[in-house]
Amino acid sequence: MERLWDIEFQSVGLGYGDTVILDDISVILPGGRISAVLGGSGGGKTTMLRHIIGLAKPLRGRILLGGNDLFSLPDKALRAARRRMGVLFQDGALLGQLTVAENTALPLTEHTRLPSATVREIVLHKLALVGLADFADYYPSELSGGMKKRAGLARALVTDPPLLLCDEPTSGLDPISAAQMDELLLDMKARFPNMTIVSVSHDMASVKNIADTVVVLHNGGIAYAGSLEGLENADDPYLRRFMDRSPPQAGQVDDPRLQLAEGTRKLMHEALGF
Amino acid sequence: MSDNTNAPLPNSAASLLRALGRPGVLFLCETGAMGIFLARGIMRMFSSRTQIPKILRQVRVIGAGSMFLIVFIGLFTGMVLGLQGYYTLSMFGAEGFLGSAVALSLVRELAPVLTAIMVTGRAGSAMAAEIGVMRIGDQIDALEVMDIDPMAYLVAPRITAALITFPLLTSIFSTVGILGGYATGVLMLGMSGGVYFSRIGSSVRWADVSGCLGKSLVFALIVVAVCCCKGYFAHMRKDGMGAEAVGNATTSAVVLSCILLLAADYALTSFLL
Repeated sequence: MERLWDIEFQSVGLGYGDTVILDDISVILPGGRISAVLGGSGGGKTTMLRHIIGLAKPLRGRILLGGNDLFSLPDKALRAARRRMGVLFQDGALLGQLTVAENTALPLTEHTRLPSATVREIVLHKLALVGLADFADYYPSELSGGMKKRAGLARALVTDPPLLLCDEPTSGLDPISAAQMDELLLDMKARFPNMTIVSVSHDMASVKNIADTVVVLHNGGIAYAGSLEGLENADDPYLRRFMDRSPPQAGQVDDPRLQLAEGTRKLMHEALGF
Repeated sequence: MSDNTNAPLPNSAASLLRALGRPGVLFLCETGAMGIFLARGIMRMFSSRTQIPKILRQVRVIGAGSMFLIVFIGLFTGMVLGLQGYYTLSMFGAEGFLGSAVALSLVRELAPVLTAIMVTGRAGSAMAAEIGVMRIGDQIDALEVMDIDPMAYLVAPRITAALITFPLLTSIFSTVGILGGYATGVLMLGMSGGVYFSRIGSSVRWADVSGCLGKSLVFALIVVAVCCCKGYFAHMRKDGMGAEAVGNATTSAVVLSCILLLAADYALTSFLL
């Protein structure tokens, strides 16, 4: 049986160069579950994902993947770990010079000697799962934003990875496409019960649909980590605003920069010919 | 433990760095980084059994895609050389040496240099832009997380393809240029065709041809190293982000390639003569 891939952050500081984005965070994203990482724009969600993938090293602390410290692994073991991950990037990150089928087949054509007919069969199966079987020979430039994301998901899933990481899977999608993406992730979870899925998002509707556990990032740390029900019942003012989609409280309204002098506005309108 | 970072530089090194100044030192650092980048790409040239389709694609992009341009530029370069050479040599009653003048100018200097500059403008800029767009569009990160080495996937096939196509394009440039000189000297100005070609045969030595091909190989490495490196690190540029960074990377790739090509040409010519 495939082991479960817990992702554990132990007193981790994340950032780039001298810039610390998340400091001293400790949290476990449990294996075999769907975890959602939430937070405001610029809150460190994508940074957290890039560190799980191994694209950036933490400033301090350890990130354990299935019990192994990702950044202490020998090169060969790190590469082996990466082959067990599927990653859906924000815009799909499809290679423009390859068709959808060639993009999806990439991990197989580069790492295996499978006959091309077998690769094609696997690729068409994955594309069918994401509803793109009829677009296998299209180029990414011929697809809509939602289709690119679904093609990116097919590529992320082509090796049946035990760990699937999604960066903003529903951002920029219309409500129907976003709901379809949620269904796809739930369908994957149903097909592969041991699969660990981490979805970085700020789409509350999507998170409510798919997540078993939730981590909320705020002010360079973790504002909440736990079940979705716990988040819905939280009393913390930031979490409440996040859940209720309400703006910051009064206080900032007095900021003089929020006021534009009537003369200035009139001058601008005259210049624009309004 | 001694702190080597505070140790004074030897006088000769310090005076050299002072003479270069900050821009000179930065230029040396950048050139060194590109040398390391190129070495990493060369080490991966034979790393994957899936290289051949990628190499063929790049041969088409760099070679076949530049063919028309090279023929066009080569023809007119040869025609201008024929015209200028004929009137200059006729001042000394030596117009019979036109074939030698045209062929030696082309084979020794103009063909490798102009071919490299033209390919830089056409294919090199495309390399920098394509890799830059892949970098800012997360495509290179996607390759890394699929455990596909971006150097092997993107850079190594371009190095191989450039090493194949540059000598071929340079040879085509030389041949078409010689025919251009023939068109002006023989067909337009009435010189003997036999004399034109016999002078070429007697003056162009194998050392000239091998030097020409050797230069084209060095130029191929320079163009690929600079253009791929600039695109690959487009996201780290301080003079812009996103599309602006790709644009700036492309511009600086073309400018730096041309500077390094001309500097390398001088160094190689000094060595070969």
